[in-house]
Amino acid sequence: MFRKDLLLISSWVKPSTKVLDLGCGDGELLKILRQEYSVHGYGIENDVENIKKSIKNGVNVLQIDLDAGLDDFESKSFDYVVLAQSLQVLKDPKKLIDEMLRIGNEIIVSFPNMGHWSSRLNLLLTGKMPVTENLPYSWHETPNIHLCTIKDFMVFCEENDYKILEKSITTVNQKNNFLTKNFPNLFGEIATFRIE
Amino acid sequence: MNKENTVGMVTPKVMKTQEKLLLESGKGLDSFDITYEVYGELNKDKTNAVLICHALSGNHHVAGYHDGDKKPGWWDNMIGPNKPINTEKFFVVSLNNLGGCHGSTGPTSIDPKTKKYFGSNFPIVTVGDWVNVQKILMDYLEIPFWQIVVGGSLGGMQSFQWAVQYPSLIKNSIIIAAAPRLTAQNIAFNEVARQAIMKDPNWHGGNYLEKKVSPEHGLALARMLGHITYLSDESMGEKFGRDLKKSKLGFDFDVEFQIESYLRYQGEKFVSSFDANTYLLMTKALDYFDPLKDFGEEFYKKLKQTDCKFLVISFNSDWRFPPVRSREIVKMLLQSEKNVSYSEIISGGGHDAFLMENNDYFQIMKLFTDEIHNNV
Repeated sequence: MFRKDLLLISSWVKPSTKVLDLGCGDGELLKILRQEYSVHGYGIENDVENIKKSIKNGVNVLQIDLDAGLDDFESKSFDYVVLAQSLQVLKDPKKLIDEMLRIGNEIIVSFPNMGHWSSRLNLLLTGKMPVTENLPYSWHETPNIHLCTIKDFMVFCEENDYKILEKSITTVNQKNNFLTKNFPNLFGEIATFRIE
Repeated sequence: MNKENTVGMVTPKVMKTQEKLLLESGKGLDSFDITYEVYGELNKDKTNAVLICHALSGNHHVAGYHDGDKKPGWWDNMIGPNKPINTEKFFVVSLNNLGGCHGSTGPTSIDPKTKKYFGSNFPIVTVGDWVNVQKILMDYLEIPFWQIVVGGSLGGMQSFQWAVQYPSLIKNSIIIAAAPRLTAQNIAFNEVARQAIMKDPNWHGGNYLEKKVSPEHGLALARMLGHITYLSDESMGEKFGRDLKKSKLGFDFDVEFQIESYLRYQGEKFVSSFDANTYLLMTKALDYFDPLKDFGEEFYKKLKQTDCKFLVISFNSDWRFPPVRSREIVKMLLQSEKNVSYSEIISGGGHDAFLMENNDYFQIMKLFTDEIHNNV
């Protein structure tokens, strides 16, 4: 099944453009972008099983460790560089976002919101690191080493002069409601930003 | 002998040409033979032809068995029914490159002009020359284009060269454990190998066949050196460690450690099936390979022209052509906005890993070729 957060991202990408998808998983986003929008895309993955799935999906995929940098890519060689739900696993998120902005004209970043009420309540009531449906790992085994809240991310953008062009804060199922609109940092589960 | 799941018994064929072949060096051949094998069937639309390019010591016999042989061709694990290069779906062509010593015209052939062995008079051949000869074979077999050209090491370089030299005649290029050009260290290893051969007392200026001898010690030494660079420290350690052949140290220079015995065996085995002049030619072709320099400004123009799709594969323990060298190829392809996928396979096998069965490697190859077949 197509991940709903990827639908939002694909709606932000203009047809016939060039896209680099960091942490592309099974290549689903790139497959849709190619089939529906004639987008020329490349995915980056470091997990060999995801490499296989991407190849099976007929998308270009390159096995590269994101933490080692993106030296293989020329400056401004892509229209969009996408980082969908992988910000929190990076060793140095700022370094990578700077790299993305070097390579792409615009970048699209999405991440799970650690400020969601369930995480807050979880920590408050249990006194333990939050383990929620959206963030299901225990503290010692989680790949999510740089979790942030929506507020954190917006401060981060401001501090680094990243210009936010568009943002979408929704539930996991990409739904908007009164609560996600008015109290995004408390009720938003997935945040997606378009930045230049 | 389990011949199931192989292409079975195969017989080499020979393409005889009388056309003059001009080589990159400026020299030429008035006529030449190319020994080749085919597996599978060419489909009606002639869209399923695959070319296999061999590396330094390889030849045309990649899959199946020759009459009386106990061992199959050198890439039988990769090529056959339902294997990554699936002979049920693809028509596979493999050849012995020009200058080889397994049936194609080379230093061990008789020069029609002098009626003597070519020996060291055989002209230097380049990867570009080989690709030209492979194109002649393609025309001879009435194949309009290669759906896939695939090779490892020096074979991968030929696959890469195809995309630049004949951009419209290749649809997919698989480049395994290769590099866009050799480093000084690579060339240095080749030079030591050449010196070992040319310093052998039986070298006779390269015309040893006329004297009915062979620079066996030199060729064996060249092979031993090469072999060390094809394995990883890890794989040698696992296979041999410091194991002794005898029960204790002998305090002499006999073969003592298992690795010494193994290397000597590899060297001796090699000289029985390989020609020293061919070895020199192959190492030179490696040293000269540099399409970016050869094509100059044309290089990226040619790459732009091709709609060829690429799969580049490297192995983490390969120190002859390590992953960083494959990444250089990927970078060139990215600059040209080519469709390319790249994987760095975890394997302890060193450079030779490209010849070994490995789940991730074989699955990636199979998924890539299946995807090609689905779109044919």
